[in-house]
Amino acid sequence: MKYVIIGNSAAAVGAIEGLREIDKEGAITVVSSETHHTYSRPLISYLLQGRTDRERMKYRADSFYADNGCETVFGKSVLSLDKDKKTVVLDDGTEIPYDKLLVATGSSPFVPPMDGLEKVSKRFSFMSLDDAEALEEALFPKARVLIVGAGLIGLKCAEGIKDRVGKLTVIDLAPRILSSILDEDGANMVQTHLEKQGVDFRLGVSAKSFSENKAELTSGETLEFDILVTAVGVRPNISLVKDAGGETDRGILVDENMQTTLADVYAAGDCVVSCDISCGTKRILAILPNAYVGGFAAGTAMAGGIPKPQKAMPMNAIGFFGLHIITAGSYEGEVYEQKDAENYKKLFYSGDALKGFILIGDVDKAGIYTSLIREKTPLSGIDFASVCREPSLIAFGRSYRDEKLGGKSNEN
Amino acid sequence: MKRVYVNEQWCLGCHLCEYNCAFANSGKRDMASALMNIKIRPNIRVEEDGKVCFAVSCRHCDEPFCVTNCITGALTKKDGVITIDKTKCVGCYTCVLSCPYGCVTPTEQGVMQKCELCTANGGTPKCVLGCPNKAIVFEER
Repeated sequence: MKYVIIGNSAAAVGAIEGLREIDKEGAITVVSSETHHTYSRPLISYLLQGRTDRERMKYRADSFYADNGCETVFGKSVLSLDKDKKTVVLDDGTEIPYDKLLVATGSSPFVPPMDGLEKVSKRFSFMSLDDAEALEEALFPKARVLIVGAGLIGLKCAEGIKDRVGKLTVIDLAPRILSSILDEDGANMVQTHLEKQGVDFRLGVSAKSFSENKAELTSGETLEFDILVTAVGVRPNISLVKDAGGETDRGILVDENMQTTLADVYAAGDCVVSCDISCGTKRILAILPNAYVGGFAAGTAMAGGIPKPQKAMPMNAIGFFGLHIITAGSYEGEVYEQKDAENYKKLFYSGDALKGFILIGDVDKAGIYTSLIREKTPLSGIDFASVCREPSLIAFGRSYRDEKLGGKSNEN
Repeated sequence: MKRVYVNEQWCLGCHLCEYNCAFANSGKRDMASALMNIKIRPNIRVEEDGKVCFAVSCRHCDEPFCVTNCITGALTKKDGVITIDKTKCVGCYTCVLSCPYGCVTPTEQGVMQKCELCTANGGTPKCVLGCPNKAIVFEER
């Protein structure tokens, strides 16, 4: 059996580990346009902050490819996929045949057309290690940095470079920061915290036009900058599968085995449409855990196994200057709210199940809430009032604890 | 394999397991100097509400979400034991988001810690050795 994996990040690593649990012999070829050993993309902001380094940000040990019998083809892009010949063609013309193919091509920064953007020479995205190193090279202590996009990527970038530049301004078209994961009150709390650290915001505005060192905002204000970071959003890389005739939407469509509509072609990670179990809808879940778990499932299926249900949902653990935020699921249904000056909690529930939550500040034991969503635990069977106040196993009752903590199986 | 199990009916709520854990993982030789004047950060924690009490520590799950979800590769499972490489951890809290039992917590330095069954402390978990009522045991079940 010959497996080919396009991509070298979390979904690819998950697939290799899933494959090798079943098939110890088959040949695995990993093709990546990047030349780096597999690394954790979300760590690039920690790298610039000095909280990790190139060695420690490796997602797996140096011996990973050798240990798993993988051949690596790095620094090459895959140009096309021939589903009839069952080959992929690289940018140097090489053709690689496959029996089973995984497309783990991830996503790319999306830069909307903005007037005059091409005049800005010091302009960066913030997605890959190469992006981070290019940005790092441009930093200087008095630099005025403008970040377009107050989402997860833009704000982690802000935290990463804060102490290495002079002035940091973040703009976003949305009226609040982190609009994909926080409600208004939560966003205000985090914004205030970031402002205290010296990050400036202009929200509800966009850049009308750029010149080399200036952005003219829709509000009429002109911002001068030395360095521009665009972090507006990402787009799934779907063209390989789409051009080969596979079904795509915003992302590549896959079944519960992570197989695309093309025979023997699988896909996982940021490039696929996942089923969000917290609300039952299909959406792109561009988060690392989902990539690993989806990749592992794909690997299992490619090797002929039956993958476990993935129970995917949005979930994010993120912190800024010591303030921690954990969110998961969907924000729909009734709301339980608890807040004080430093902490914020919102739980969303409907139909006897927890659907989502937002925790800021005190995030201890947040996984108990995540588990309630993932397992669709009936809230009528637990002490929900107590678990609202504080996530704990007390709320679950004796037989649950005897099983989970006492190792006793409960047959009935 | 042997794991830490809780016999809830025997738990006195004395919290000795927490102190023994904190001491065992302090790297110090003397319990008083290890625990004096600090807020202990044990890897086993007692939950209590006046009516029931029991200790909770890592279950070393068969499907360990902390490991599959870890963004750095710091959390790994080998020979049935989940351990954390604190030098790789950046303290992103994805494991806190993921653990169904609330068993991963931050160190004072802001990276994560968890129960490693005292594999680095000479074997039998110290929470078990110090439990006065056999409410925590280390055995096969």
